[in-house]
Amino acid sequence: MFPYIGNTPDDEQKMLEAIGLDSIDELFDDIPKEVAFNRDFNLDLSKSELEVRAYLTEMANKNCSLDDLTCFLGAGAYDHYIPSIVNHIISRSEFYTSYTPYQPEISQGTLQYLFEYQTLICNLTGMDVSNASLYDGGTAIAEAALMAAAVTRKKEIIISKTVRPESREILKTYAHIQDLRVIEVDMKDGVTDLEKLDSLVNDDTATVIIQSPNFFGIIEDIEETAKITHKVKKTALITSVDPISLGILKRPGDLGADIVVGEGQSMGIPLSFGGPYLGFIATSKDYMRKLPGRIVGQTEDLDGKRSFVLTLTAREQHIRREKATSNICSNQGLNTLAATVYMVTLGKEGLREVALQSTKKAHYALEKLTESGKYKKVFDKPFFKEFVVTSDTSPDKITSELRNENIIGGYDLGKDYPQYENAVLYAVTEKRTKAEIDKLSSVLEGI
Amino acid sequence: MAEYDKLIFEISKPGKQGYRLPPLDVEDIDIEKFIPEEFLNKEDLNLPEVSEFDVIRHYTNLSDKNHGLDAGFYPLGSCTMKYNPKINEDMARLSGFANVHPLQSEDCIQGSLQLMYELDKALCEIAGMDKMSLQPAAGAHGELTGLMLIRAYHEKRGDTKRTKIIVPDSAHGTNPATASMAGYKAVEVKSTEKGLVDVESLKKVIGDGDDIAGLMLTNPNTLGLFEKDIAEIARLVHDAGGLLYYDGANANAILGHARPGDMGFDVVHFNIHKTFSTPHGGGGPGSGPVGVKKILEEFLPTPTVEKDGNRYFLDYDYPNSIGKVKDYYGHFGILVRAYTYILTMGRDGLKKVSETAVLNANYLLSQLKDDYYLPIDSLYKHEFVLGGLKGELLEATTLDVAKRLLDFGFHPPTVYFPLIIREALMIEPTETESKATLDEFADAMKQIAEEARTNVKMLKEAPHDTIVRRPDEVKAARNPVLKYEG
Repeated sequence: MFPYIGNTPDDEQKMLEAIGLDSIDELFDDIPKEVAFNRDFNLDLSKSELEVRAYLTEMANKNCSLDDLTCFLGAGAYDHYIPSIVNHIISRSEFYTSYTPYQPEISQGTLQYLFEYQTLICNLTGMDVSNASLYDGGTAIAEAALMAAAVTRKKEIIISKTVRPESREILKTYAHIQDLRVIEVDMKDGVTDLEKLDSLVNDDTATVIIQSPNFFGIIEDIEETAKITHKVKKTALITSVDPISLGILKRPGDLGADIVVGEGQSMGIPLSFGGPYLGFIATSKDYMRKLPGRIVGQTEDLDGKRSFVLTLTAREQHIRREKATSNICSNQGLNTLAATVYMVTLGKEGLREVALQSTKKAHYALEKLTESGKYKKVFDKPFFKEFVVTSDTSPDKITSELRNENIIGGYDLGKDYPQYENAVLYAVTEKRTKAEIDKLSSVLEGI
Repeated sequence: MAEYDKLIFEISKPGKQGYRLPPLDVEDIDIEKFIPEEFLNKEDLNLPEVSEFDVIRHYTNLSDKNHGLDAGFYPLGSCTMKYNPKINEDMARLSGFANVHPLQSEDCIQGSLQLMYELDKALCEIAGMDKMSLQPAAGAHGELTGLMLIRAYHEKRGDTKRTKIIVPDSAHGTNPATASMAGYKAVEVKSTEKGLVDVESLKKVIGDGDDIAGLMLTNPNTLGLFEKDIAEIARLVHDAGGLLYYDGANANAILGHARPGDMGFDVVHFNIHKTFSTPHGGGGPGSGPVGVKKILEEFLPTPTVEKDGNRYFLDYDYPNSIGKVKDYYGHFGILVRAYTYILTMGRDGLKKVSETAVLNANYLLSQLKDDYYLPIDSLYKHEFVLGGLKGELLEATTLDVAKRLLDFGFHPPTVYFPLIIREALMIEPTETESKATLDEFADAMKQIAEEARTNVKMLKEAPHDTIVRRPDEVKAARNPVLKYEG
């Protein structure tokens, strides 16, 4: 017997009789012999929970858990603290064992938290409309770019080289299938070169994409970028943001961004070796009916009670089929709930405090690391929680020396930016203590 | 207790806090010393102010407004709402899996890479394919990745006149939407009266075949029927120079009995959250790994996981890759759950899964066909589609049946899909439900049919016992309120 299967042999017999068959095998008589699978899978036999747990625990122990190490690695995924409350709420089976809220009468829990999530994302970014989430920050940029291209009916996408390299790679993959051109605009002193951008924006530009804080942690001039972008009628500015930074930084919506996207992992979602995370997208009313993915709206029921439903489905694949704005037919569900719980638990003061402490600790770390002159800062620009330093030592050596002291070091920038060989990008969240930063500094000094 | 009807914003009260940080332990320098004023937000954040307990009580109350699978039957067709084993959750939360940064050095991630390597091999065996990419985030994302692979294959051969993807009229809406998104034109092939791809119609659609990039097919299809002509279909598409894409939405029906690779498919995706028991999570996160035959391996998204002796590593050496489709390596936390499930079930259990899923579907059908119209009388696989209540003159619709089911504590089946069946009720019980549950559900469905004949008001005014009743979807779309305005 298998613990997840509820029929007894006696049940099976009765069921076969009701169907009018003699054996289980007859249930598969419709599979032609030429395509039937006639051997056993080359897999182990079934196992007990005890055996599976032992096997996988041993496997997990081959990884280095951040529970045992101090993490200064970021580059798009961050070690912020996750309050206990998050896991407790997302572990309620009413949330995690339900599916897409097709039946609003018995899905008001899901629908309402998605409505709350949409509100929180709009409030944080300064936009009118948010969907109920996308896969991750990288694909959110690509989806936003396709949306802008569809709305403007233009073929060219300009993206800054200060946008996270992997996001740019994903964008190129998506752009290729829609025959859109991707043009990368250079950077200058760690930020988008706005003069060059100005010379590139033209009548065929569907969108300009920047990230702020950018891949180096530096705050971009969104307002000026918006002015340049909007010189051409209809061209949209997409801004990718770290939602934690919005605890202290101006909202992109107030600075002229048309579409705001980002990675929500920082808000209560574990690092989990890269996923599942949470992509968010918010935009102005103009784009509402072209926004990809699920959207929840408020309405009334038969008795006039406030209730929530999936809405604007005329954009979606199950209605529009080949004319849909995107093929997306789900959202990040439970991770959306995690981010919602995170945002409301931290609330007005908490999110600001996380952002402030991360900034102050990151600036302390830069100060400390560059004290002796062995490590030098690469850029002299305002930054949030990440910064770049360079030295004569190779990043590989630094990583392994830090690893010996139970520290996960920063990201080797030379991999993506050959001009910054030996430069390392460090991230400092509110979780890091002064003692941990001092230790990082002293280990680095000793290399 | 009075019914809970608040939004989190409506319980916010100035001065409340749900969270505190340790005191700042570095020198507290004014933020304006670091960041110029022009970049700083001077206004208060527009976020709620609530205590931790407020948050717990609020979301616990919201959870009470949801029907989850753990609480009751959820026969949502095409969604495979099977039990989500609890050990899967525990394994995904092991510190060594959950608290690992994706960019840690290779020696620090050997466990994650081993899991992905072993899962890749297991899924290949189950699908009859040669190599997987575990990156796609969901079924629809797997479809997109699959069509990108097909496109890359034709492009490398310089075969650029192939502009069409064939999709059956019974297909899930994502198939044509994906074809469009991948830059193709979706062309429809009709189904026969028996609900299967019409081979003669397919031949016509293919024509001389020069412009066919490929065909997307679910097998068993969305009606729950096995496409018995699949070998012939594959031959026709391949002869025309096209490739075959397998939508794995219904793979729960055939584990250990048939494999897409053996049917002639060149690229497949699995919906991990369906077949491999990971939670649906109110809509996600899912996972949609894609498997390919050798001819498509060189185009896979980077990186893949490879093994050299005892060392696992990420392989980026794919010069002809379609590129990145997803941040990092996929939904790793979901993959851990899927692999836990595969280890638990093993080769014997996976076969038993499909056998029981198919038995349950055909049994439930046998209990319902007296009262509900069965458009296609056949042996079904893991699901079946009814065409509403029997009796042409009945006033009650499929929507009414669905709403009345809510009063019995059941999640209704998928309704009005597939589009080719009038008043469709698409029912997928899955293997984890027992005969006793199926009998209770059948009894409810029979009672509803009786009410439709004798007391149709019961259906027309349903649901009677839910916290809200038939929310106005037209109003929601006409006058969109998409956020709380206070």
